[in-house]
Amino acid sequence: MMAQLDVGAAMPTRTFRITRADLVRYAAASGDHNPIHWSDRQAAEVGLPGVIAHGMLSMGLASTAVSDWAGERAAVIEYGTRFTRPVLVPDTADGVELTVDGVVGEVREDGTVRVDLTVRCGTQKVLARTRAVLAPGR
Amino acid sequence: MLNPAYTGRTYPPTAPYEVGREKVREFAGAVRAPAGGGDVAPPTFPIVLSMHAEKQVVDDPDFGFDFSRVVHRDQRFEARRPIRVGDRLTVTVEVVAADSVDGNDVVTLRGHIREADGGALVCTTTSTLVSRKENTQ
Repeated sequence: MMAQLDVGAAMPTRTFRITRADLVRYAAASGDHNPIHWSDRQAAEVGLPGVIAHGMLSMGLASTAVSDWAGERAAVIEYGTRFTRPVLVPDTADGVELTVDGVVGEVREDGTVRVDLTVRCGTQKVLARTRAVLAPGR
Repeated sequence: MLNPAYTGRTYPPTAPYEVGREKVREFAGAVRAPAGGGDVAPPTFPIVLSMHAEKQVVDDPDFGFDFSRVVHRDQRFEARRPIRVGDRLTVTVEVVAADSVDGNDVVTLRGHIREADGGALVCTTTSTLVSRKENTQ
């Protein structure tokens, strides 16, 4: 199975639908009740076009994609990203769709593996420099 | 006004946080991690502890950082081990940077998450937050 963690190995594309209900759920689970994630009015007050998803929700969903793919083989020990573009979530039944892709960028001498992730909402990248380092056999 | 003299300041460790099974389950559900994950929390779960600990900074009037206008710019986790159900953990918050750039206040906070008993490091979280300037349009 470790052969799949060679440089260039790609994760299967994952998609996650995000609705306003998911933002409420993440707010409760995380304790992040910032009103820009539930109030259009308060989002507008800080210059946003509308309610946006928690950056940490996008980051968390992307980590789920990595963890699901790695399975028992490896665990995420380092994980970082920049939040470059807000994920606007309209108050509709369908919300928006987040797409996560990843490829193994480096296999290090200590056995850890760097996975470089691409996270998009529609066609636009919403995260940048998103990298997870996996340690095998943990 | 943001007080740049806070750079390098460290707050006292928080009271121990006990990691509950249902909290881990709720968080895993919110990020759609498998429910069968057992006792191990998802990789971004430490944000729950560090954000809570950062309330010390939020509530510090002398720091002068307007959290009502905050957006998250960068986030990083470095874990020595995953957080597990039953862990008792404290967080020590450090102000790594506090600068005003082009009217926006930019703050980097680091949370050192340690075992309450013995002090072994479990995870370090680093968050860069931007408090957006008032919209003058």
